[in-house]
Amino acid sequence: MSMIKNLWKKRRDSVIAFGIVIVAYIAIQIMSMTGSLSYSMKGMLVPICAYIVMAVSLNLTVGILGELSLGHAGFMSVGAFTGIVVTTLLANIVPWDGLRLAIAMVVAAAAAAVVGVIVGVPVLRLSGDYLAIVTLAACEIIKSLVNVLYVGLDGKGLHISLIEQSFALEEGGKMIINGPIGVSGIDKISTFTAGCVLILVTLFVILNLINSRHGRAIMAVRDNKIAADSIGISTTRYKLLAFVISAAFAGMAGTLYAMNYSTVTAAKFDFNLSILVLVFVVLGGLGNIWGSVIAAALLTVLPELLRALNFSDYRMLIYAILLIALMLFNNSALKQRLLERKRAQKSAKTEGEVA
Amino acid sequence: MLNYLITGISLGSIYAIIALGYTMVYGIAKMLNFAHGDVIMVGGYMCFCATTYMNWPVPVGILLAMGVCTVLGIVIERLAYKPLRSAPSLAVLITAIGVSYFLQNAALLIWTSNPKSFSPIVGRGAVQLGELQITHVTLVTIGACFVIMVALTLFTSRTKLGTAMRAVSEDKGAAQLMGINVNTTISTAFAIGSALAAVAGVLLCSAYPMLVPTTGSMPGIKAFTAAVFGGIGSIPGAMLGGILLGIIETFCRAYISMELSDGIVFGVLILVLLVKPAGLLGKQTREKV
Repeated sequence: MSMIKNLWKKRRDSVIAFGIVIVAYIAIQIMSMTGSLSYSMKGMLVPICAYIVMAVSLNLTVGILGELSLGHAGFMSVGAFTGIVVTTLLANIVPWDGLRLAIAMVVAAAAAAVVGVIVGVPVLRLSGDYLAIVTLAACEIIKSLVNVLYVGLDGKGLHISLIEQSFALEEGGKMIINGPIGVSGIDKISTFTAGCVLILVTLFVILNLINSRHGRAIMAVRDNKIAADSIGISTTRYKLLAFVISAAFAGMAGTLYAMNYSTVTAAKFDFNLSILVLVFVVLGGLGNIWGSVIAAALLTVLPELLRALNFSDYRMLIYAILLIALMLFNNSALKQRLLERKRAQKSAKTEGEVA
Repeated sequence: MLNYLITGISLGSIYAIIALGYTMVYGIAKMLNFAHGDVIMVGGYMCFCATTYMNWPVPVGILLAMGVCTVLGIVIERLAYKPLRSAPSLAVLITAIGVSYFLQNAALLIWTSNPKSFSPIVGRGAVQLGELQITHVTLVTIGACFVIMVALTLFTSRTKLGTAMRAVSEDKGAAQLMGINVNTTISTAFAIGSALAAVAGVLLCSAYPMLVPTTGSMPGIKAFTAAVFGGIGSIPGAMLGGILLGIIETFCRAYISMELSDGIVFGVLILVLLVKPAGLLGKQTREKV
């Protein structure tokens, strides 16, 4: 019994996070079966899943590693376009959509991880605001590179060129990525179920990482780099580890996200998307994984709810005001006082029990 | 070639003026003011309204834009940033993003998303110097940038308020002990930064006459890059960074690729920061244990 209690204490966050996802999945499935889910809500299910994965993975960098990254959308972009190319290549080889999506996600994660290493090795030498601006720069570089990327497929195989389309396709060939026009005619194979499975996998990996030896090392780097260095933790290695894992999951989220739309352009994965995800992470609580899950879901739905309440013109304005108000409240004396009162009540209660 | 150089310097001057705003606020309040780019947009719209709807003369329009932006800057600082003075920097950053969303969406409601075509503040003419052709807008932009640079340098080194500003940016606590009103000083920095943003907005819209609610965001990010490039917190650094950035961008557009120019600009930024982590003219601070 005490063992179970111990386990519960240790893994409470994980169990809660898994529970939330599974309960939400079942609830939404029932709602969509009974038809009480509006059309626009149905369309948002997969993006919400992608945002949750983005938020959880960014939380690894910002909350657990403690380095501010403003370029998370860049990795999502890498994952999205890799995923599109892979699913197109496999279109006739793997007939089952679910498996095709899974393979695409794995390849996308690998590609995003490689880009994560390329970006991370030089960039992680900086810290603080400088790291933030450099990750932003990396994201913009990825965006402008994808913007001039041309990929085509024909009988001879894959053709790739930068800046200009320097190849001609055989008859029956197909352009996959068409520079600034992006990709059109994507098979929409992402489903809500796939999204939920991806969320569960992400939560499983990241929560286990946090609770492991490596996770504690990463947090040690966050809390005091010099102290961590002095007890033999390789700070560079752990920084890179967290950054690359975070990038890999962003890549998977990118594939999920892209396969939900029929057209995708590079411009979609810009700085604003990175900021959006960062807002989820901060409002959910830094380092708090299930907070990220809830914040990502709620804040994506919020503008739609405001639309339903006939505030459609003002919805983004209200969103902005809520954001500012929440941040002010979070750091205000009022919250401190409320917390103190709660703590006082709690200690009074335990004292009563002892007596 | 020389024409591109002039265009680059002119674009760079605009970045430099915006970057000065970033650098002053960062130097003193140690915060990234993400809403700065949107203050530029508000400045542009203000001048547009004054000259197009009211038919007021251009100088009045510029003064109005500067006045409104100054007040806006102070109000933003008081309402949104001041309560967070002791909060973690990430909280302030998110709040600044919230302010930026707010300004963009407020502008969207007031002026709609239809682009407004801005009529330049000076005629469309140009001065011919041999093969060189310099438009009046370019001349005014470079001139304004030069004047602002000199004025700001004099302000921070000669006046009492400027000295106070430098003191606060060095050590807030010590400055307070010396009887400097830190809150007023920070507000002043925001006021000056926002007034500069208004000027930049008017110049930006004169050079690229298209005004939409998101006009300010990309130049804002680039100017911020310029500020970091030159060493954030340093006034000459912001100037140098801005102008270099403008020149690099213009040459990339002309000789390499239109689409890749942004990527190359940011690539140069990463390279510079790797070699000089505090920017070109920034002060190296050593980490203390």
